[in-house]
Amino acid sequence: MIGPRGIEPLAAGTDEDAGCHILHIDMDAFFASVEQLEHPEARGRPVIVGGTGPRGVVASADYIARTYGVHSAMPMVRALRLCPDAIVFPPDGASYRRASEAIMDVFRSFTPAVEQVSLDEAFLDVSGARRLWGGPVRIAEAIRERVRREQRLTCSVGIAPTKFVAKLASTRCKPDGLLLVPTTRVTDFLHPLPVGALWGVGDKTEQALVRLGLRTVGDVARAEPDMLRHEFGQALGGRLVALSQGQDDRPVVSHTPDKSIGSEETFSSDVDDPEVIRRELLRLSEKVARRLRASGHVGRTVVVKLRRADFTTITRSRTLGEATDVAREVNAAARELYAAAGLERERLRLVGVRVEGLTAAAETPRQLAFGEQENGWREAEQAMDRVAQRFGPDAILPAALAKSDENDV
Amino acid sequence: MKFRVERDVLADAVAWTARSLPVRPSVPVLAGMLLDASEDDGRQRLKLSSFDYEVSAQVSVEIEIEEPGTTLVSGRLLAEITRNLPPQTVEVSTDGAKVVVSCGSAKFTLITLPVEDYPALPEMPQLTGAVGSDAFAAAVGQVAVAAGRDDTLPMLTGIRVEIEGDTVTLASTDRYRLAVRELAWKPENPDLSAVALVPAKTLADTAKSLTNGAEVAIALSGTESGEGMIGFEGGGRRTTTRLLDGEFPKYRALLPDSFNSVAEVQKAEFIEAVKRVSLVAERNTPLRLAFSEGQLVLEAGTGDEAQAVEVLDATLEGDEIQIAFNSAFLIDGLNAIDSDIARLQFTTSTKPAIITGKPAEEEASSDYRYLIMPVRLSS
Repeated sequence: MIGPRGIEPLAAGTDEDAGCHILHIDMDAFFASVEQLEHPEARGRPVIVGGTGPRGVVASADYIARTYGVHSAMPMVRALRLCPDAIVFPPDGASYRRASEAIMDVFRSFTPAVEQVSLDEAFLDVSGARRLWGGPVRIAEAIRERVRREQRLTCSVGIAPTKFVAKLASTRCKPDGLLLVPTTRVTDFLHPLPVGALWGVGDKTEQALVRLGLRTVGDVARAEPDMLRHEFGQALGGRLVALSQGQDDRPVVSHTPDKSIGSEETFSSDVDDPEVIRRELLRLSEKVARRLRASGHVGRTVVVKLRRADFTTITRSRTLGEATDVAREVNAAARELYAAAGLERERLRLVGVRVEGLTAAAETPRQLAFGEQENGWREAEQAMDRVAQRFGPDAILPAALAKSDENDV
Repeated sequence: MKFRVERDVLADAVAWTARSLPVRPSVPVLAGMLLDASEDDGRQRLKLSSFDYEVSAQVSVEIEIEEPGTTLVSGRLLAEITRNLPPQTVEVSTDGAKVVVSCGSAKFTLITLPVEDYPALPEMPQLTGAVGSDAFAAAVGQVAVAAGRDDTLPMLTGIRVEIEGDTVTLASTDRYRLAVRELAWKPENPDLSAVALVPAKTLADTAKSLTNGAEVAIALSGTESGEGMIGFEGGGRRTTTRLLDGEFPKYRALLPDSFNSVAEVQKAEFIEAVKRVSLVAERNTPLRLAFSEGQLVLEAGTGDEAQAVEVLDATLEGDEIQIAFNSAFLIDGLNAIDSDIARLQFTTSTKPAIITGKPAEEEASSDYRYLIMPVRLSS
């Protein structure tokens, strides 16, 4: 955390995080790390992701490559001169998106207030999650732990009272770090930073500020607010005043329309019993379908993700004839995909179920079938939703998922 | 073994038999075609057979035998070779473990497969009746369009054949449409009552390939006797097929008996318009039909996509109706009716509609009915 003497270790059981309900989570060397996961031979070696053509540029470099001076947006030719031993991967958007969705799902399991900024970056507002999970620092540690354990990826988390301070904090603690900026330390943290660190200050504004003799955030904070408004106009001037004092009232906006809804489970120890896997697929299908219905969506493509004990991962998908939000249908497709993947004897570390190609249920045409009952599985599952809403998510389950009790007859 | 036969006769027989060769044989001998040259009832005949444990095919053609015998060769290769031979007499003979096929100046030597390993073809079940071959092929074609293709629901991949005296009823459904056709036939026993579920694709192919003779004889073994089997024979060709298990849906209950609206549209125009308008309908988005007095409006696409609209002349009796369909299902039904005018009967926009040809006489009922479930636009 930022303490009286700069960055200090966090005391156990600190309550310095009171009021710091914004988390900014930034994945470390995201593309490069995903490639290392999928290519075990690249682990422990410098990795660069980017275009391999004559004009290719670096999209991401891992921290080993960075010690050679490689950084993103650098021409690939130059990067390879600096670090000739690097393994270069062309960008694989689909696999980064899949990894990103899995990570965002972890975030959303702590709070629905997740604002995804890019594939590897998100703001979380954890003020509503305190009761369930503890304070912001506890939540940040739990998230980092789950991302590390389940996804084998590291991330850096900035915790602060506002979005822009949280983002500055995560940048300061990279890689694999956690930095809390307590409310009382915000100005101490901000004021030594160059003015370019302020949100919305680009090259041009920075030059203008420097011309006025304002080089650090502290200089801006001490400047006459009227002068700043005069020089930069009401909007930008007013914002500079507020930001330099650590004020930023932008809320965390969780913008869904979700393109997909999914859920995955990392087993506490690897599983090679197909019956256990199938039961887990059912549980995940139930969960995903419940979320589809809650958000008023139906989806046509069911994706199953299977991660082996050695972390190699396969995904299989199947597009259904009709869009669905029914767990029974999602589960049927998931089971078939699992059976067809040929991993029934393998030790699995993680399984996931995802439904893609979402559309609003109310606007999606539906091919009717003969003899469809007015009250089918969909209605049965909607009834389950109502029970779960009143009595909790485990109050009603498919029989296969019920935990048997010694008192059962 | 040594025999002579005209190239066209041999090529036809081999091509027909080769249709039943398995694509991926479970045992290598099943890739073979059995050739049996022998004298039968004083006639010199070549019998060609193929079998994949589901379907068997056997055809017999007249030949000149020099030396009778039996051999087994690769069916695919033999079909390729005979198709490409010049139009002259073909001589086929065995030479040790080889088969020599010569025709004009061309000569092929094929290796043989072990005849003794080839399974016995199933017995043809007992004859149950006969039907005109062209009428049968047309009727099966009309019904097969509605059969399911999803192997996870095997009973829906079949055509249900119901025999009741001198009427055969064929029915198939994939849960979204149902096609039913009745036709007259000549049963061996006028009190016959029987049902069978025949794989739709096999039945359609078989019916089409048996139109070289005037009639097709149908032989059905009782399903209650375990191994259900149906056999067809016509023009020297005979084929058997294993029946499907499983319960076919009780489809008669699905056929509505009263309607709120009846529309009639010129079939050819209607099909053209459906094809045009559905160009903008992406996969799974429906075609919308609005019937009102004197006209039919076809529309597809919605506000944020491409849209198309077309207006046709149509007659309407009863209530105006707006209803949406999967355009491919609609085209299948319209193509299957055997009249220039399509008659569509509706109850409501979420209940099945019936497509038939307009009967020649007003009171006559159509012997072909295509029932189609609509698409519900939104809930």
